[in-house]
Amino acid sequence: MGSNMAENHPVGFQWVVEARLRGAKIIHVDPRFTRTSAMSNLHVPLRAGTDIAFLGGIVNYILENDRYFRDYVVHYTNAPVIVSEEYADTEDLDGLFSGYDPESRSYDASTWQYVGTTVSGAAGQREMGGITGEQAHYAQAGELGHGGEPPEMDRTLEHPRCVFQILKKHYSRYTPEMVEEICGTPKELFLQVAEALCENSGREKTSAFCYAVGWTQHTVGVQYIRTAAIIQLLLGNIGRPGGGILALRGHASIQGSTDIPTLYNILPGYLPMPHAHQHQNLEMYVERNSAKSGYWGNMKAYMVSLLKAYWGGAATAENDFCFDYLPRLTGDHSIYPALMGMIDGWCKGFFVMGENPAVGAANGKLQRLALANLDWLIVRDFSEIESASFWYDSPEIETGELKTEEIGTEVFFMPAAAHTEKNGSFTNTQRLLQWHFRAVEPQGDCRSELWFMYHLGRKVREKLANSTDPKDRAILDLNWDYPIEEESEFEEPDAEAVLREIGGWDENNEPLPSYLPIKADGSTTCGCWIYAGVYADEVNQAARKKPYWEQGGNWVAPEWAWAWPMNRRIIYNRASADPEGRPWSERKKYIWWDEEQGQWTGYDVPDISPTKRPDYEPEAGAVAEDAIRGDKPFIMQADGRGWIFVPAGLTDGPLPTHYEPHESPFENALYGQQSNPVREVYPRPENPYNPSDGDPGARVFPYVFTTYRLTEHHTAGGMTRTVGHLSELQPEMFCEVSPELAKERGLENDGWATIITSRTAIEARVLVTDRVVPMKVQGRVVHQVGLPYHWGSKGIVTGDSANDLLGLTLDPNVHIGEYKAATCDIRPGRRPRGPALVRLVEDYRRRAESHNGGG
Amino acid sequence: MSIRDFIPEWSVPRQIKGADRWALGPAAQSRHQAQLTPRTKKADRVVKSVCPYCAVGCGQRIFVENEKITQIEGDPASPISRGRLCPKGSATRSLVQSPMREYKVKYRRPYGTEWEELSLDEAMDMIADRVIKTREETWEDEDEEGCHLHRTLGFAHLGGATLDNEENYLIKKFFTAMGAIQIENQARI
Repeated sequence: MGSNMAENHPVGFQWVVEARLRGAKIIHVDPRFTRTSAMSNLHVPLRAGTDIAFLGGIVNYILENDRYFRDYVVHYTNAPVIVSEEYADTEDLDGLFSGYDPESRSYDASTWQYVGTTVSGAAGQREMGGITGEQAHYAQAGELGHGGEPPEMDRTLEHPRCVFQILKKHYSRYTPEMVEEICGTPKELFLQVAEALCENSGREKTSAFCYAVGWTQHTVGVQYIRTAAIIQLLLGNIGRPGGGILALRGHASIQGSTDIPTLYNILPGYLPMPHAHQHQNLEMYVERNSAKSGYWGNMKAYMVSLLKAYWGGAATAENDFCFDYLPRLTGDHSIYPALMGMIDGWCKGFFVMGENPAVGAANGKLQRLALANLDWLIVRDFSEIESASFWYDSPEIETGELKTEEIGTEVFFMPAAAHTEKNGSFTNTQRLLQWHFRAVEPQGDCRSELWFMYHLGRKVREKLANSTDPKDRAILDLNWDYPIEEESEFEEPDAEAVLREIGGWDENNEPLPSYLPIKADGSTTCGCWIYAGVYADEVNQAARKKPYWEQGGNWVAPEWAWAWPMNRRIIYNRASADPEGRPWSERKKYIWWDEEQGQWTGYDVPDISPTKRPDYEPEAGAVAEDAIRGDKPFIMQADGRGWIFVPAGLTDGPLPTHYEPHESPFENALYGQQSNPVREVYPRPENPYNPSDGDPGARVFPYVFTTYRLTEHHTAGGMTRTVGHLSELQPEMFCEVSPELAKERGLENDGWATIITSRTAIEARVLVTDRVVPMKVQGRVVHQVGLPYHWGSKGIVTGDSANDLLGLTLDPNVHIGEYKAATCDIRPGRRPRGPALVRLVEDYRRRAESHNGGG
Repeated sequence: MSIRDFIPEWSVPRQIKGADRWALGPAAQSRHQAQLTPRTKKADRVVKSVCPYCAVGCGQRIFVENEKITQIEGDPASPISRGRLCPKGSATRSLVQSPMREYKVKYRRPYGTEWEELSLDEAMDMIADRVIKTREETWEDEDEEGCHLHRTLGFAHLGGATLDNEENYLIKKFFTAMGAIQIENQARI
């Protein structure tokens, strides 16, 4: 679901095809019929933006028909835990949870807690630095009672306030009929999916979900994944071979750039960036970010070792290991507020390295207006992408909204080295670090980002060398003495030395074998604790390329590259065995307890302390992993249980709830609350929204559109529109419409269409196809328009950018935009040129009374 | 070409004489073709790599001859890809050798209408000056309540998902030391 794996991850899809040949059932749930659908046993269409209703329907089916995996659910999830009396559900409050404050449009999560625990209601204090998104791994489940269990539980799952019963009530109206009403999916098709999942789960079998940005790019994106997590926990499909919820990510190292983040809210290894008010010193930071039980109980050790990696000898216990050198957050500092800051003039400089926001990001005009108002911009890429050329060839130049001579941005285009021209590691979508070796030297001025950052840092440090300004200490004390490759003609830093720092070392400068020896006293150094061990034994473990056929028949192939953490290929794999440590079944055995040897064993690295007995019970006062029982697999959680109900860490509710997209032609059939009440909106003139159902003017934009990728192009096209073969294979921007819509709007196959939203209008060639089917929703027929988003003004092949059509509305947990469901109009013919384009869009906005987001 | 030279080159006599009547195999092969070898055979070295497009992480083998890449193909040893590459991965050599690739720094001055040339070293120097100046102008020591901020919102960074872990590490490390917090990448899309 939310993915077109056959076209966008074709080589990964070989395993799906192979599984099907061996009898597995493949189901593709997607608004469009794609090659993935063609290779599946079943294609199930649904309206874009309604997946929670669909998945919630499956949860309801599992519960109503008693199809859950009872032993797994009782022992490994928080289903039996009793929740606070003060909690009120969306069923009670017509689409809101308890704790909602309409003024600040945010939740106070204190009523969502387990009974008998005290937890700070962080989620409601977003501006005060609430813990959300990537930071929310270590949920604050409060103090555990005796024996490492939450204070109150009902293992019969019958207590009206236990998670299981709350779940049952929450999804009770997500019936097959309701699924059909909301998603437009015929009831019979939906039931086939629900039954197939249940049939293929349990002791003997497991089912997996694969998803991509079709799930994440929504104002309820995090809750999409959460709904799948609930299903998988109910069916016992997490931590077991063939199970899981698998993110199919789209860039070579997008996983790596999340683990070792170029993200504002985290430091390497998912340590939160400190907040100005809540984390005034290291002790407060650790105290407020980590629970005493569970793996995050070691947070101080990981943080201190990171500070040692950053500031080396300058970081001592006396100066809090330079904790105050870290800049502080005070709210959302993601790219979206930064863009607004560029338009408003307080964000003046911008580094863009290997990304092309002028084409790849929503509301392209807003992106380009931001670029045009900078003091300086550095673009590093292979070729001159649209984010570098906006000042002379953007759509706004064509319409006259921007004039080259009036744009004050100073632009540096820096040619980048390719992966073939540098050493380094990518982390793939399954957490595998794979080293790529340099084949040839980069030519001309082309350089790696390693070179660029190292030498930029060196120059800045040289220029500030004599500074006595206290704010420059963090720069001058920085551990920045990386060795230079001996034979390099232009002083390329040694990438392996950087990887060694990431993997860390002990007080004798010996590389860390894993994260287990990391200490809080400053004796260990580690740039990213979850990567500790990647340089074990002074060996670049990520560079291991032992052919899989030479690995002694172990299908896990542990000697190919290296997976974080500790080369573990399936995380939470303790769940592959029953509470007593025996495999759930012979067929699905993966790791198990060996009583004779007194340790865990199996095909993979066990995700539990190797000698922790299945019947281990923590003593009072135990902390970190010692506070987790031997029969609890989810060791990152304070209670060791998989969370069906999330008491802390989410801003928009403890259970996923169906809300309509920000722009939708339909009302929410389940609740009075139309859309996610805490979604982030940017009501600004540069970011107008189409009216949603219930607003006058909603009918001006009657169609739903969704964006997607093609096999032959990559994201914003910077790496494919410059390639001859690929440009020839997919030469032109097009839109997919059904024959019914084509008839309704007079569109002709191979002709032109103009697609209009409140932001702008773009043109595309028309592909009339029954791959997109009209859906019957709430008694009305809705048409959907499919738009690939790869084109821009540069490259061998050019075209309008689909992302220009989208407005910016974000998921409140992780600040990801709603790119996958919005409304539009479509009409035959090419779009107007020049100022006439602006007039056309203005006319639509006036007719629709487009506004700045309410509901 | 004389008739005497032509006859042995011509496939028809071989078709008539041999087993390959439809000239679908050896009968169709000319002397010239018989002497051809794949360019991978002549490579000076084969370098192990990873596909730069999506996150499946298919193994690649890069063939290098005279310090030039002559071929990039799938690595059969990879348990992930077993030698396969998709259309994008198969086009990797064309990506790194695209005629549209830039090899020189380009500079556009404020309000300028053309790109200008600039040496790499001068560009690096100018960028370092810009970052220092903007940081200085936009520095925030503490907020109105006196809480420690130690930061600048004066510049931002975008990108990282196409880069190496080691590069992301240096980006985050250096910009954090400079007090910049708006460090972002494609994972936010």
